[in-house]
Amino acid sequence: MIRIEPREQTSRAFALGVPVLAAGVALALAAIPLMAAGANPIRAYSEMLRGVFGSVFAVSEMLTRATPLIFTGLAAALAFRARLWNIGAEGQLYLGAMAAVAIGSGALDIPGLFLVPLVIVVGAAAGAAGMVAPTYLKVRFGADEVVTTLLLNFIILIFLQMMLEGPLQDPMSLGWPQSAPILDQGVLPPLMDRMRVHSGLILALVLAACAQFMLIRSVWGFKLRAVGENAAAARHAGINVKRSLFGVAAISGGLAGLAGVSEVAGLKGYLTADLSPGFGYTGIVVAMLAGLSPVGVVIAAVFIASVFVGADSMSRAMGVSSFLADLVVSMALLCVLVGGFLAKYRILRTKRAEAAS
Amino acid sequence: MTNNTVLKLNGLAKRFGTVVANEDVNLTLAKGEVLALLGENGAGKTTLMNMLFGHYLPDAGTVEVADADGTLHPLALGHPQAALAAGVGMVHQHFALAENINALDNITLGSEPLLAVRRDRRAAQRKVQEIMARSGLTAPLDVAVGRLSVGERQRVEILKALYRDARILVLDEPTAVLTPQEADTLFANIKAMTADGLSVIFISHKLREVLAFSDRIAVLRHGRKVGEMPTSEADEATIARMMVGADTPKVARQVATPGAPVLTLRDVSLAGRSKRDTLRSINLTVHAHEILGVAGISGNGQSGLANLVSGLAVPTSGTLCVDTTEITRPSPAAMVAAGIGRIPEDRHHEGIVGGMSVAENMVIERLDDPAIQSHGLLRRDAIQDNATALAQAYDVRGPGVKASARLLSGGNIQKLILARVFEQSPRLILANQPTRGLDMGAAAEVGRRLLEARSRGAGVLLISEDLDEILGLADRVMVIRDGALLEAGTQDRGKIGLMMAGEPA
Repeated sequence: MIRIEPREQTSRAFALGVPVLAAGVALALAAIPLMAAGANPIRAYSEMLRGVFGSVFAVSEMLTRATPLIFTGLAAALAFRARLWNIGAEGQLYLGAMAAVAIGSGALDIPGLFLVPLVIVVGAAAGAAGMVAPTYLKVRFGADEVVTTLLLNFIILIFLQMMLEGPLQDPMSLGWPQSAPILDQGVLPPLMDRMRVHSGLILALVLAACAQFMLIRSVWGFKLRAVGENAAAARHAGINVKRSLFGVAAISGGLAGLAGVSEVAGLKGYLTADLSPGFGYTGIVVAMLAGLSPVGVVIAAVFIASVFVGADSMSRAMGVSSFLADLVVSMALLCVLVGGFLAKYRILRTKRAEAAS
Repeated sequence: MTNNTVLKLNGLAKRFGTVVANEDVNLTLAKGEVLALLGENGAGKTTLMNMLFGHYLPDAGTVEVADADGTLHPLALGHPQAALAAGVGMVHQHFALAENINALDNITLGSEPLLAVRRDRRAAQRKVQEIMARSGLTAPLDVAVGRLSVGERQRVEILKALYRDARILVLDEPTAVLTPQEADTLFANIKAMTADGLSVIFISHKLREVLAFSDRIAVLRHGRKVGEMPTSEADEATIARMMVGADTPKVARQVATPGAPVLTLRDVSLAGRSKRDTLRSINLTVHAHEILGVAGISGNGQSGLANLVSGLAVPTSGTLCVDTTEITRPSPAAMVAAGIGRIPEDRHHEGIVGGMSVAENMVIERLDDPAIQSHGLLRRDAIQDNATALAQAYDVRGPGVKASARLLSGGNIQKLILARVFEQSPRLILANQPTRGLDMGAAAEVGRRLLEARSRGAGVLLISEDLDEILGLADRVMVIRDGALLEAGTQDRGKIGLMMAGEPA
């Protein structure tokens, strides 16, 4: 017989250990399908490791992949802290990207010193608008933001396709649904020669540090945490709950918008409808793995980017499908959820005799 | 033991981490007996009953329950189902009812097979009505439980236990939420049911009702049973000494002359969603140096009045003045700024943010204060020092000011709120059910602090369903009924009780 009993208190070591353990368990479990596919798991994992850390290029690729995940992970983590369930980072990412190409691909031909910040600010504002609107519906009418933000993703994606075949389409693209490229002076500069990792990563890291600091040390973060932990008590204490929600909605949407800006202006240069392979959704996994901590988001984003990049390289080397990466990522999330449960409850085994008597 | 015994607890023990909740507790209960289980908050009463009912697995000890023929059988521990099957019913302090479905469904919920093709609602209803007639406990069956008053919900909980043919009924602080008359009725009903062979254990803090209605008294302190006696041989002083281990100080009060009005409500109406938060054209003045007690049966507009004064609700019509200034745009922040200290009714839900630290909870109402923050950044040392000083001054005990507030016991959570409120020297204090669920020591502390604020010159608006508390503290009593507020003009228990019930005095 197994019984479940709530724990009085969760130890700090346990809380920190859960995500690490979850990641390990997920990798271990993924060995089973690997073996089923006829691959030697040890070789497969060493190929993965080499694909991520084996060369400067590999690390650059991994960090390039981690950059948008840090943005979307922060977007989810901050909103979730306030119990505002932003599932719409994917759509907000595209809003940011659209705003970036609308401004940056020729509409304004100004020096990079002005163009780059402008592209960043306008992209963030577009993403913010994409989250403030559903938050308004939530506050005003009680519309569940899980539903509205999720469905907005599809609306925005279709709107994007319309724009890419209309006003935003590159006249030189021979009919392909893609935007004109960002002007040279509007591009986020690369960090290393001949490598794809770009200064969007620096922006992401700076924002993660800011978010961590603000969450713990500022009055704004205090209010945000209070609203998330107990909105009724926060309201009773005189905290303006609605204002807090709108504030975090704007920041969360803005961060997701920056993921789009960073991908368009830092990596791809132009916008297509497949800019993001689900960075918005993966950001939720990143945030959960990170225990909704901004610093944790950076670590979790690096882990998940490593799994994706590593799996690609392993798949090339060994002929195993790179869908394995999705498997590891989803299992890591499941393990974290189970781990979170174990952190709150203890499982006791009772003796048969005692239970049956 | 005679075969009259229906329940035996043998050497039950339970620890949570390093905290001993119960240690070597032995108890017996006879058929048709009412046993009162007394003890301060944290003495282990609820833990003990939770072990009996299978919510917790004891670390040591056994439980024996008699079957219908009176033979004792060991009870499988840690299984509420086993306890239910053995005829043990429990009514928790915090009700376990589904608010969105009606009372009848709540009563039958869980006692029916999950995959039954059809339910015999009519038979269930007949059985419940029959129990209601026999026990005298009544509640509307076809109304969603969320719309019932607290007293009605409690009756639904007891009916739920009786519907499952409970022979032993455990009531955890049953009268904490009832009027004196309701409580008297409840105990009269219990007496009638014990004559039918029901055995009852009730947990209480209130010595008056324990002495009036129990057959035997057992006292717990620090998790151990420290005394047991027939009620006929007990008196208040003896029990109180057993509970706290020392004589309790009586609340001393001096005569004070009321000063200028600090809170004035003129013809205030509030269109609430239900009876409990609807107010109908009320007038009220609280003066400096005055404690105004508002008595009433739960759900008669107390929530509305409290929401109004704490800034959570905006009046539909009428004016609200603090001192002589009208509050035109009420909000919790505006009320705090106007000098109103608020002690909320539901201290877990509205009083504290459980996931944040004790220190953070102590400053949550003064985030604009430059002593707490500068340029939007928290002054962490100041917050820490403030918390250490307040915890000392108000005797907030627990795992420290950096620990989550939810780890504090109920009494210490209330002390945290008192510290937060009183430290700001408020002009007016709104205290809504400030001692509900507190042990005698903590309750006396609340009373002492309120009287202290009164002699300092604050006005106190004390809303309570505990008439003893109001009569002990208030200079003037008003009665709230059906959203209307009436001057009682008396300190007479009986007359006030009748006004609460809507009878002409």
